[in-house]
Amino acid sequence: MEWLSADEWQAVALSLRVAFWATLLSLPPGLWIAFVLARREFPGKQLVNGLVLLPLILPPVVTGYLLLLGFGPQGPLGRLLDVFGITVAFHWTGAALAAAIMAFPLMVRAMRLSIEAVDRKLEDAAGTLGASRLWVFVTITLPLILPGILAGAILAFAKAMGEFGATITFVSNIPGQTQTIPSAIYAFLQVPGGENAALRLVMVSVAIAMAALLLSEVLSRRIARRIGGK
Amino acid sequence: MLSVRVTQTFCEFTLDAAFEAPRGITVLYGRSGTGKTSIINAVAGLLNTASGRVTIGDRVLFDTEQGIWVPPHKRRVGYIFQEGRLFPHLTVRQNLLYGRRFAPRTAAPESPDRVIEMLGIHHLLDRRPALLSGGEKQRVAIGRALLASPEIILADEPLAALDDARKSDILPYFERIRDEVSVPVLYVSHSASEVTRLATTVIALESGRVTGQGPALQILSDPAVMPLGVRSAGAMLNATLVRHHDDGISELSAGGLPLLLPRVDHPPGRALRIRIEAQDVMLATRPPTGISALNVLPATLTDLRQGDGPGVLARLDAGGNTLLARITRRSCDALDLRPGMQVYAVIKAVSVPRDAVGDGHGSDGR
Repeated sequence: MEWLSADEWQAVALSLRVAFWATLLSLPPGLWIAFVLARREFPGKQLVNGLVLLPLILPPVVTGYLLLLGFGPQGPLGRLLDVFGITVAFHWTGAALAAAIMAFPLMVRAMRLSIEAVDRKLEDAAGTLGASRLWVFVTITLPLILPGILAGAILAFAKAMGEFGATITFVSNIPGQTQTIPSAIYAFLQVPGGENAALRLVMVSVAIAMAALLLSEVLSRRIARRIGGK
Repeated sequence: MLSVRVTQTFCEFTLDAAFEAPRGITVLYGRSGTGKTSIINAVAGLLNTASGRVTIGDRVLFDTEQGIWVPPHKRRVGYIFQEGRLFPHLTVRQNLLYGRRFAPRTAAPESPDRVIEMLGIHHLLDRRPALLSGGEKQRVAIGRALLASPEIILADEPLAALDDARKSDILPYFERIRDEVSVPVLYVSHSASEVTRLATTVIALESGRVTGQGPALQILSDPAVMPLGVRSAGAMLNATLVRHHDDGISELSAGGLPLLLPRVDHPPGRALRIRIEAQDVMLATRPPTGISALNVLPATLTDLRQGDGPGVLARLDAGGNTLLARITRRSCDALDLRPGMQVYAVIKAVSVPRDAVGDGHGSDGR
């Protein structure tokens, strides 16, 4: 990679790593929350729904500051994680955590919509054929909501790649550790003569975003064809 | 033997039904909204607010007094839904075999090849449900239920979503299930022709209550329990096909009386069951002459039942068979009809539609 400097390349690799882990680790809890919100009625459901959506509405800087209070070296959750040998403050894992929290509402919304669209009569039918609830979920519900899971994951990945405000507030802008593409672009634009480096990173961003979109199109079309039977 | 006792209160009516379903097809027969579907959903475990007791043989599916409620996936019912409910993301083959992996090893499973052959769906195996016609979907749904090794098959108006041509395509498959598969079938219907062709036992329902239950021949000919009223009344006859005539007429024998019908597509010697609608039967006190109707059967008038309107439903005994005739009160008075009289039942051959003639095996409520 000669057209990217080592610093720039580092930012790209870090961004991909952060977005990948943020997406992957928020998938299971995201699916669970989406399921609970789509299928269950319980007291305080609106509160849970509000909490999940909060990062979408709050200024990212506020979310980042709250993360710093909670997960910082002095924060209660930060100290708890420290017991298990996990550091998130000013560390790339913190960047992944911030990205995951910011992307979570988008992921849950996409999954929830697809779960609500599943015809529950099909699940009843599978039950009468002898499938336990777990089997019904694995063999009927999961394949039918796969397009929604995929859409949620792509959205979350894109959001995680572009997350800036919460990340820079929570884990700062440390090259090689927490300097993702947006932070790097911001940093390059702060120094004279950095425009070219910033422009290269902008092009990388556009390329990654386009590739992700195309991939999701191809995959969801393939799944739709399978479900639609054509 | 399936034994059912369920109660459930809905806003409009209270369901309170108890009955037993022996081998063969037991039809829950009644108007829409009389609780038929609620009953089979209670048997399947899809309705868990009903109270009562449901058993298959000595296996209890639920019993509210003993606090037993077996979840649907452990009940081993094969449910054929009105709308098919095939899994859209699986092929026909995968749909058919879906229930097999959950069937206990001790069950003697139907062979897939036999079921596929019986339902004529071999050419559809690799397709997905979206590309099937309504009739094909329903045949796959039947196969899927059969192959789950069920201890009872539940069918909720499986033909209601199909047009008449498709209905007569699917009916024979249920006749084959009745005659070739040992599992009892509980079948919901409000169609007189389906009941006539399929039922071994009929449970007549009215506003959530059982108004009559017993062998099909008996219930269908009893105007008192016919849940759909005199307008759709009709009697069922057991007959044997004697021979086909060259002019397109088939000759049958119903308890020794000859019956001529438009060509029936079965070989001579075959036992058949025929539904004759009450409104297609005319009565005469003397043998009529110079008449185009082919069937004039001597009969004894056994019962006259006054309807709400100007109609009267007459019950006849013709050579041991029960016939129903719907006539006006005016004719009844003009002919001075009384129970015990000798009369002649006049039936036009062409008034018996093809779908009123079914395979007669299993019709005697074995």
